[in-house]
Amino acid sequence: MKLTDYERAMLEGREGKARQKAMELLVRYAEALGAQRFVDTTNVAGVPGSSSPYLQNYYKSAGKSYDAIFSHFDLDSDELVEVPRVTVHSCHLQGGLDPDNWQRLGGKPDAFQISQTSEHDAAARGIRILKTCTPYLAGNVPTRGEHCAWMESSAVVYCNSVIGARTNTEGRESTSAAMLTGKIPDWGLHRDENRYATHRLDIEVEVTSVMDWGMLGYFVGDVVGERIPVLLGRYGEPDLIRHKHFGAAAASSGGVEMYHIVGVTPEAPDLQTALGSKAATHTIAYGRAERRRTYEVLNANGHSTDVDYVMLGCPHYSLDQIRDACQLLEGRKVSANCNLWIFTSRSVKGEAEKLGYTKIIRDAGGVLLTDTCSAISQAVPPGTKVAALDSAKQTHYLPAMVGIEAWFGSTRDCIDAALSGRWKGEAP
Amino acid sequence: MSTRTITLRGRKVVGGVAEGEALVTRETISGWGGVNPAQGTIIETRHELRGVSFKDKVLVFPGAKGSSGWSVVFHMTRLMGTAPKAMIFNEMTTKIALGAVVMRVPSITDLDQDPLAVIESGDWVKVDADRGVVEVRKAAAHREATA
Repeated sequence: MKLTDYERAMLEGREGKARQKAMELLVRYAEALGAQRFVDTTNVAGVPGSSSPYLQNYYKSAGKSYDAIFSHFDLDSDELVEVPRVTVHSCHLQGGLDPDNWQRLGGKPDAFQISQTSEHDAAARGIRILKTCTPYLAGNVPTRGEHCAWMESSAVVYCNSVIGARTNTEGRESTSAAMLTGKIPDWGLHRDENRYATHRLDIEVEVTSVMDWGMLGYFVGDVVGERIPVLLGRYGEPDLIRHKHFGAAAASSGGVEMYHIVGVTPEAPDLQTALGSKAATHTIAYGRAERRRTYEVLNANGHSTDVDYVMLGCPHYSLDQIRDACQLLEGRKVSANCNLWIFTSRSVKGEAEKLGYTKIIRDAGGVLLTDTCSAISQAVPPGTKVAALDSAKQTHYLPAMVGIEAWFGSTRDCIDAALSGRWKGEAP
Repeated sequence: MSTRTITLRGRKVVGGVAEGEALVTRETISGWGGVNPAQGTIIETRHELRGVSFKDKVLVFPGAKGSSGWSVVFHMTRLMGTAPKAMIFNEMTTKIALGAVVMRVPSITDLDQDPLAVIESGDWVKVDADRGVVEVRKAAAHREATA
């Protein structure tokens, strides 16, 4: 690998032990990838030093401290180092519990205490505590072309595709190391030649609603895997919410980290540009049959129509989505046999409170939660058997992770289910 | 039937030497939400290896998919003693590179033959990542040799 003088200085320990261990990990990682050099990153999003009772216990001989978990787990260092303040703009993504409602989520007091301490320790090192999978809705919006190092597949795909910034799907260890060094391997989507589409998707049915975009994303991820698709055809002007649901779904059924939509996304003014002036290696149609099949796959884990849990907010709901849910909920009551949990970021919840949305949800018998979601926290209301979800991503993960049935549909389908306790969603 | 050994050559991802029984899948693997690190089992609903553990196996697969929590889940398999002995895969991604690094198991990619076509579950596989060499003893031959 080619290293700059400063990178070599860090690697040799001249910038402190923690940066040395961070560089050692980044060099091992870059060599595994086959990268030749690093890029400077100015925006890092991860879960630095995030702790759990398991990790606390595992590293108890090292003192259980933030430094211990950051050294041994985040930096994969056998040596304990003192973790300094971060050197570049860094934020903490989603966590495992809502600090205001951890008991409702079935959290244990020790897990809550551990989470509070590690959050405090991260903040003391200059890390923004955003606690969301949607940093771009909570004040972290990179600029086009900015080299980022982000975790969270739904945020990564949004960052590359919608904003036109550059990040690979980083992991906990690489982002924590990047926070201390401002370096990440120059590989993959940091480089122009890897940002072009290879798979052409011809959209032959009208794709308009958030649910439509979620299903399309789920289909696309399944057919392209880790490749970059370019969409062409019958879609309107997708808004932020549609991009959020499309990207999250495509990153779950496959490994999509970037997509182009001709005439919509910044690096796809036309088909030729999106393809890098090459021919597409694959051309795939999305028509009525594909849409139907995608709906059936997403609903394959739904059998009983008695819904006892409705979860919204994967990825974390935007203020507009909370408003829309409130319009459906205002003056009505969630069924006594059902729970309604809506997840968002602390930042958006703060706004929702000022606009009276939190109260509308509470009065209807639901709850607005932050920081996490059912899949991340593996928390569903006690006794849950059948969930209703408006997110293809959550539908992909939740039934397998907590062993429940799940229905996928529109936000309206889900709120109807919360109010009536019955699933009445239909295929489009 | 004589003992049949097939040799593949590729590129080191993480160094080291290990051998064991192959566990092969043609499907990519999700880490977070797709693997239970306490048992080292695949839990993804529609995965062909659902319920199967890769603990102490040489895992042969196309690559990683899904959440950015991939490395953490495989990192946890190392802590929990359920990690595979080695990994052989086709598709390089940041998820799998970082996961292999923090799992600290010998790993190889960019092989001169498709490992998914050559290796079957049950074959005995030796991974010498430092030299970039994979030796495969087919299951039938292996059973005779150890009988």
